[in-house]
Order: sequence, then structure tokens, then C-alpha cells
Amino acid sequence: MEILKTAAAGTLESSDCLVTVEPGEGIHLDLSSSVMNQYGRQIKATVLSTLERLGVENASVTVVDKGALDCTLKARVECAVFRSNGTSASNIPWGGAVR
Amino acid sequence: MKNAVGREIPDELLVNGKEVYQGKYYMDGKYLQKAAPKTHRYEKPQESKIVASLAEALKACGARDGMTFSFHHHLRNGDFVANMVMKAAIEELGLKDLTIAATSLGEAHDPIADYIEEGKVIGIQTSGIRGRMGEVVSAGKLKTPAIIRSHGGRPRAIEAGEVHIDIAFVAAPTSDCVGNCRGIGGKSNCGSLGYAMTDAKYADHVVVVTDCLVDFPNFPASVEAIDVDAVVVVDSIGNPRKIASAAARISQNPRDLMMAENVAKVIASTPYFKEGFSFQTGVGGPSLAANLFLEKYMDERNIKMGWAIGGICGPMVELLKKGKVGKVIDVQDFDLDAVNSINQTPGHYEMSASQYANPANKGAFVNKLDFVVLAALEIDTGFNVNVLTGSDGVLRGAPGGHPDTAAGSKVCIIVTPLTRGRMATVCEKVVTVTTPGDCVDVLVTDYGIAVNPLRPDLIECLDRAGIPHVTIESLKEKAYSLVGRPDDLQWEDKVVAVLEARDGTILDVVRKIKPLEL
Repeated sequence: MEILKTAAAGTLESSDCLVTVEPGEGIHLDLSSSVMNQYGRQIKATVLSTLERLGVENASVTVVDKGALDCTLKARVECAVFRSNGTSASNIPWGGAVR
Repeated sequence: MKNAVGREIPDELLVNGKEVYQGKYYMDGKYLQKAAPKTHRYEKPQESKIVASLAEALKACGARDGMTFSFHHHLRNGDFVANMVMKAAIEELGLKDLTIAATSLGEAHDPIADYIEEGKVIGIQTSGIRGRMGEVVSAGKLKTPAIIRSHGGRPRAIEAGEVHIDIAFVAAPTSDCVGNCRGIGGKSNCGSLGYAMTDAKYADHVVVVTDCLVDFPNFPASVEAIDVDAVVVVDSIGNPRKIASAAARISQNPRDLMMAENVAKVIASTPYFKEGFSFQTGVGGPSLAANLFLEKYMDERNIKMGWAIGGICGPMVELLKKGKVGKVIDVQDFDLDAVNSINQTPGHYEMSASQYANPANKGAFVNKLDFVVLAALEIDTGFNVNVLTGSDGVLRGAPGGHPDTAAGSKVCIIVTPLTRGRMATVCEKVVTVTTPGDCVDVLVTDYGIAVNPLRPDLIECLDRAGIPHVTIESLKEKAYSLVGRPDDLQWEDKVVAVLEARDGTILDVVRKIKPLEL
């Protein structure tokens, strides 16, 4: 999946995260988190595996995490990616890339 | 050396008779040689002790480099006094190498963090540390490790001479011209002045700071003129809106209420729940709401509470006024209902921190306590509780009376949600042990109740009452299944804070956190 324009999903509320994706070369992840010391590695792995599942190979991704659970992180990354290439209104691959 | 809660205490801290924690009544029966202050004689009658400014008061008390100043936290997050004093000492008098011995420090004291960074303040001894102070201490910027003590451990340390206070500052809502202080009758009322009492008796010098001068004698006084060297009148000692909230409201959050109801059920299942029982609760959501459900059980069985202690707020005063509790005795007031009630409502009295919780005196109130309901930042499978460090390892809490009431009470109940955001409250190993597991009896969470295996008697009570309970390990697993298993925090060797058990042994240390680099 390609990132065509800058798009964001999520909020800065507690237990949520704000994910912004922008066009880029390769995957570049900028992560900050209120639970960095304990969950930084897991958050990074979740974000990267979600991008891989969506077939995103080139993107600059910023995640500002406020203690979101893995399911929330995945949903926010998916939504931001779909918004960035116009897939969010229709043709969401339920049961495919979105699990 | 490893202590009784499995924490490694560096040998370099075990000097001058310091020992590691060895269990909850280890010091029982030993003797204590009390320290005595060196105080100024005022034989010649004085019309007044009022001096023009804090700087004048400091000079009059012989303030110099390397001294220890003490403060109390009844003005809570509205306190102006600690900042004003430190500013006068450091910026007007040019003092350095100062130590602050406070009953608690919070966001109100953020400006003092600058003095730590500048190296002017080199020591902190407190029962609570939050805000920027917590951050700079955690970052290793304080020259000596901070010493954290409980509300009972602090007066013990003062009486034992382990902390010698050169000048105690009393933030007094009212004072007369010679320093009789009360927590009421002024414009920045806080009610009880219980935490300041031991300081005033054991400090070499005592300075009263007030914004409301009243006629002599301001009686009955919480801090008495016989211990006071100087009185300073300032425009304002604090922000009343942050000193006491309008009224501590009982939570409407269904999760809090469910937990509170279970707390009351557990209490009512024990043999200690009988006519004249004693009780303390915190002011957190579910802890405070426990009052409400407990009242139902009291009505049902037609019994009354004998007495309640603690930090006090409206709902407890309400019970007193309804005649459902005999006496309320407090060291601190949390809301205006409590502030306006102390020494006014019959049966509502003030006490000192030592009388409240000191393990080394001849029997503090906590030792007569049947039940205490407390919160926790974290609790581990050994029932050890952390109320000091965040799960990220940064100082941002307060042991307060937690370890004292837990150790003294017959039943200590911790009530906390299983998870907060992504943090597992019930975990494998707490970041810092502030209350040892041998003092904690029951854990109530939104996912179930666990009883400490050290208390088979309580397990039997719950079983008999048909209250379901599970192991604390299963609660921990449930928490991790929701939020994931956290990585271990990475620490540097440098110790930034030493956590003393209430008896003066070393319970744990906090090291400098190594932030995760991805």
C-alpha cells in the first residue's frame, strides 16, 4: 500500500495514540510514549508489523503514544494508512489486511 | 545485602548502624535515645516576636550554609511558604548546601527544583515527592540521595536525631504575635497542623509564617509560642483553592463503586467489624466510596464506628455528625468540610504525626486500627506495594501514612483497578517497595479479590461469607494478558533516593533510570 498524502488517526487522550503517516523512502518511525521504558519495544514491533501487513514499504510514521493497548495501536496505524491513500471511505480490506 | 523484601541494598548505605529491612516488628522492644534541640532562651519579656521579613527571621535564627530547614504540607498544592523561605535563604542571604526536610513536596514546589539543579539544595528528606522535584531527583541532580520516610517514620527519625532540624518553618493560617498557631480562623485555612507539631518540638529554631495575625492568645494552639522564635507576617501563605477542595465528592464511576462495595463486603465479613470498630480510608475514588457502602453494613447490623483517623474529608465528617462514628482524629484535612469541622464538631480532634503513626513511640493510633483502605500505584505477587515511583521509575508519589497504617492495622485492604491505561497495577515485581507485603492483607481489584496467604484467617472469613477470591498470581496474569508483559526497567548504578522503612531500616533504593533508546 502506498502513502500518497499526509494523514493522521487517533488522539492524544490517555490510553490512545496519535499516528501520522507521510510519504517517505523506506520506513522511518518516530516514536514517543508515556510508557516508553516498559513498552517501547513492543509498541515499535506492533507498529512495524502492522505496516508490513498492510504492505507499506515507504512511509515516515510518527507515533505519539499515551498508553494505548496493542489493538488500539494497530487500528490507528491502519486508519492513518487508509486515510493517506483514499481507502478509508470504501474498499477497506476487512478480513484481509485488516484483522 | 538483600533485605526481607528481596531488595539489594548497597553496602555503602549500611553505615552508622543502618540496617536492612528485616520484617515488620523487628525493632519492637528496643530502646530509643531521643535527641534534644538546642534552643534559645527568651527570659526577658517580649511584647512581640514579629520580624519584618523572612530574611530577618532567618538571620535571627542564625541561618547559615549547610543547615536543614523543615516544612509541613498542610497547605498541600497551594503552599507558598516553602518557596518563599528557600528564595529568601538562597537569593537574599546567599546560603548554600541546604537540606530540606519536608513532610511532603509537590507541584507547588517546582521552583525549588532550580535550587537543586544549581547545587544550592543538596539534600531532600520527605514523605512525598512529585512534580519537577521528583524529576530532577530522579535525574540524579541532587548531590546526596533523597531520603523518603513515611509519616510515622519521619517523626521517629526526628526524635532519634537521625534528622536534626536547624530551623522549622510553620505555615500558619492564624498566629498571634508570639507564635501560637492554629490551622483555622484565617484566610488560608487548612484545619489540622498535625505534621508540624514534632518539628516544632525538635527543631533548634522555629519560625511561624502567617497571613492572618490574630489577638493573643490564639488558643487552643496547634504549635505553641513556647517553641517559637520568630513570627513573619506575609501577604499570603497559600492559594486557598489549592489548599482544600470544596468537598471531596464520592465517585460516580461504576468501576470505583463496584470495587468500593467489595471492600465493604470484605470488611463486613471479618470478626473485627463489630460495635466500636476503627477505620481509616484514603481519599482516592474507590477508597473514599468505601465509606458509603460501609455505612449500609453498619446500619444493617446496627453497629457504630468507634473512631476514624487519617487525612480526613467531608464524608467522614458527615458520619460523625450523623452519630455513626464516635470520634474523628486527624493529622490533615483534605476538604473544606473537614477544615471547618476540626475542633468545632464535637468529637473531631487534631493529633500530631507522631501520635498518628510513629512506630518508635509507646503506641501510635495506627496500632489500634482495625481496618485501613489504601490505594496503590503497583502491587506485586508478594503483596509489596509501591506508592512512590511511577512504572517508568521516576519519583512521583508519597508513602505518606501508607506503610504505617498497613503495619499497624488488623486488616489492610488495597483497592486499585487491575490496569491503568497500559500499566499493569498488579505486577510481578513493583518498581520500589514502599509498603512491605507482610503488612498487606487483601487486594480488591475490578477483576477480583486476592487475600495474602499469610492471612488464612481472612481467607476463611471470605469463604464463609461466600465472597469469591483468586490468587494474586492469576490477577497479575490477567493484567498482563490485557496490556502485555512490560520490559524490565534499565537502571544506572547511582542511587537517587533511599526508601526507609518506618522503623528506620532500609526497605529499598531508587536508582537513576536509564531511558530506553530504540
